[in-house]
Amino acid sequence: MKKWKMTKTAKNNFVTYIIVLIAYIVVQILLKSGNMSSLMEGLLVPLCIYVMLAISLNLTVGILGELSLGHAGFMCVGAFSGAFFSRCMDGVMPNGIRFFIALLIGAAIAGIFGILIGIPVLRLKGDYLAIVTLAFGEIIKNLVNVLYIGKDNNGFHFSMKDSISLHLGEEGQVIVNGAQGITGTPHDASFTVGIVLIFLSLFIILNLINSRDGRAIMSIRDNRIAAESTGINITKYKLMAFSISASIAGVAGVLYAHNLSTLTALPKNFGYNMSIMILVFVVLGGIGNIRGSIISAVILTLLPELLRGLSDYRMLIYAIVLIAMMLFNWSPKAVEWKDKLKEKYFSNISFRKEKEVK
Amino acid sequence: MSFISYLINGISLGSVYAIIALGYTMVYGIAKMLNFAHGDVIMVGSFAVFTIVSTLGLPPVLGILVAVVICTVLGMAIERVAYKPLRNASSPLAVLITAIGVSYLLQNVALLIFGANTKSFTSVVAISPLKLADGQLMISGETIVTIIAGIVIMVCLTLFVNKSKAGQAMLAVSEDKGAAQLMGINVNGTIALTFAIGSALAAIAGVLLCSAYPSLTPYTGAMPGIKAFVAAVFGGIGSIPGAMIGGILLGIIEILGKAYISSQMADAIVFAVLIIVLLVKPTGILGKNIQEKV
Amino acid sequence: MSLLEVRNLTISFGGLRAVDDFNIEIKKGQLYGLIGPNGAGKTTVFNLLTGVYKPDEGIIRLEEKDITGLKTIDINKTGIARTFQNIRLFKDLTVLDNVKVGLHNHYHYSTIEGIFRLPKYYKVEKAMDERAMELLKVFELDGEADYLASNLPYGKQRKLEIARALATKPKLLLLDEPAAGMNPNETGELMDTIRFVRDKFDMTILLIEHDMKLVSGICEALTVLNFGHILAQGQTSSVLNDPQVITAYLGE
Repeated sequence: MKKWKMTKTAKNNFVTYIIVLIAYIVVQILLKSGNMSSLMEGLLVPLCIYVMLAISLNLTVGILGELSLGHAGFMCVGAFSGAFFSRCMDGVMPNGIRFFIALLIGAAIAGIFGILIGIPVLRLKGDYLAIVTLAFGEIIKNLVNVLYIGKDNNGFHFSMKDSISLHLGEEGQVIVNGAQGITGTPHDASFTVGIVLIFLSLFIILNLINSRDGRAIMSIRDNRIAAESTGINITKYKLMAFSISASIAGVAGVLYAHNLSTLTALPKNFGYNMSIMILVFVVLGGIGNIRGSIISAVILTLLPELLRGLSDYRMLIYAIVLIAMMLFNWSPKAVEWKDKLKEKYFSNISFRKEKEVK
Repeated sequence: MSFISYLINGISLGSVYAIIALGYTMVYGIAKMLNFAHGDVIMVGSFAVFTIVSTLGLPPVLGILVAVVICTVLGMAIERVAYKPLRNASSPLAVLITAIGVSYLLQNVALLIFGANTKSFTSVVAISPLKLADGQLMISGETIVTIIAGIVIMVCLTLFVNKSKAGQAMLAVSEDKGAAQLMGINVNGTIALTFAIGSALAAIAGVLLCSAYPSLTPYTGAMPGIKAFVAAVFGGIGSIPGAMIGGILLGIIEILGKAYISSQMADAIVFAVLIIVLLVKPTGILGKNIQEKV
Repeated sequence: MSLLEVRNLTISFGGLRAVDDFNIEIKKGQLYGLIGPNGAGKTTVFNLLTGVYKPDEGIIRLEEKDITGLKTIDINKTGIARTFQNIRLFKDLTVLDNVKVGLHNHYHYSTIEGIFRLPKYYKVEKAMDERAMELLKVFELDGEADYLASNLPYGKQRKLEIARALATKPKLLLLDEPAAGMNPNETGELMDTIRFVRDKFDMTILLIEHDMKLVSGICEALTVLNFGHILAQGQTSSVLNDPQVITAYLGE
């Protein structure tokens, strides 16, 4: 009895890994046989980034049960710290090692930001938490835009005003140049690295969920008061989920930075619009459903591209599809109708509910 | 002298935020949802005025009236089609995401009709600037009209909610939908009315905003919408006086921050103040502190 | 020796003294009832005992140790577990996992061991599963171990809540209206279960209850609360025959 349940969860996770693996193989075949348009090829790394962002946000929204609208802020922190490191160390150490350390730095700094922001913020509830995370995301983006860091023989110079106030020596160079961001980040990102990072994120998140800590996190989501009186340390586990989620977003950010030659913090890539888009992936894929997040991140990223033929109408269609899918998936009437349909046609198959987490 | 001028500009911008925030907060109070598309209704109102006044050359008063009617109808239609079916959904996130979808929809419809180019909005205010203290202090006509409009709307709305039957029904529905229904209040009608009023206010806010900051694109409404949302939370979301105070304070902080600290950092300052307020008082300045019953 | 000793416990909400000068002494192994009309302050006493509210005055001692003003989580760790009047389960977790959350503080492995599935993870999880199944068997819930908690029928949800509370290895178990919403048959079964829990786990139990049959059937001692005050206290039979108590319950 017991054994069977364990294999059930394990099987579920296994299917998720296999889906990612198959996707990787299919893409590799398409690439090798020259059947992939350059447009699609350019989308491969962003797809990996979005998938990582979606599954990491699902840890906060679906597993911890707190609404965060600042996920792009953590991505921004990761992107800039990782790119900064790579710019400084370019040529000093082998590329592979440098990129690996950049990823670790991005994860660590985003994770630290997660804890620093989480400590004050996670006391708030629901919509208040949402607006404060949104505010933090915007502040991070804003601060990065006025940050100037340069390097010369005397070491690093910081300024919040402009690059001249850095007072660099003659041989010095500006690394982070305010709104112009960081230029010349080495192009280390590739689809294969992206897939490896997705596997790693999945491994961490899925194993966390199915462990002692994961149960504690989900117990807070389901009933905070009961969790507390059952001896669960609410603050500790909220922070754990929040900072792991931020860390993975940070890694996605490092990947993002190493996929572009110029990294700037714009409303488009690190603003609240991005955070909201990630949230859309999570909700549409199923709150708490990690595999769903992957699938919806891929579909929703590809959808506008597939609709490219419709040029001006594509974002309009995207919006309509989004609204229609939400109504179809969540409206109580539609849910009731689907249940009836299921009963009618699939009544011989039992629908006993198993664990939520897939 | 410049401080006073900044302060007045701040109050003016704050009045616009307050008017938008009123729409946000009323809708939140009654439907318990964050209407992310609210900011885009502002944009629709502005484009309506722009079309009528700048393109068709008709009088501004007519433009404003038509904009209010269009936004009111639009607000009610959005509620009916996109939000009402999700009112009893199992997760509150469902309607939030749908609102985001509606926001994308409005932006992209506007993009199709009007294109992505920035339109320069002709001010609808025909009052000449007020010169005080030997011309050292100049207050533009737009500022004067905005502040007056803000005061009028706040007074009217407060009277409406506290004195009229429909307003009392709104309070009742926001307190407890089920009980209100049992008391014979038309809950669906009241919610529709709330969206109608909120959207009408958004139209007015759009006109005022674009008169003061005359550039109009399909994305014009998004940032003021977010700021107004911040203002509503700042003041205590769900509270009408809270939205007014929150809006005006936010406007003042933003303008003073721009003037004295850094224009690039103005938004960061606004958001930082919000965070500080919420950390000290987790439900906003005038928000009710409700403890979960054990 | 008394397991729980409460002296002069008092709390006010906005001028209203919800609990006023509350005293109680519960001996180890005792089955103690806290009764009283609606709004008498019974659940407030539970909330004070478990640290949900901080008392204005008074002292709470568990095994002579002062636990007044401790946080809920620390009170649970020192040995008081509770159930809730309106059932509070982890509804999207399985029945088994609900109990395993209760075992959380007694079975340890690190986050790293959990994520990287080191041998200790498997060892500890196995031990947790076995212990949780043992507890579920006591409440005849072992057959539903992999159901979601929200899919259990009402009576079983109440039992699961007790199982979860017991999993935290308490010295004192607080049950808030365990028989609420049950029919006489189920109540009878519940009485047997409560007695069984006391005997098997050597547990001390304080329960709030309205069902007089249950109270007189299993409680050895009673405290009657009325408007936040203690109306009567002592052996069950003598308390229930107290004219004051009869008046409070049946009216004039």
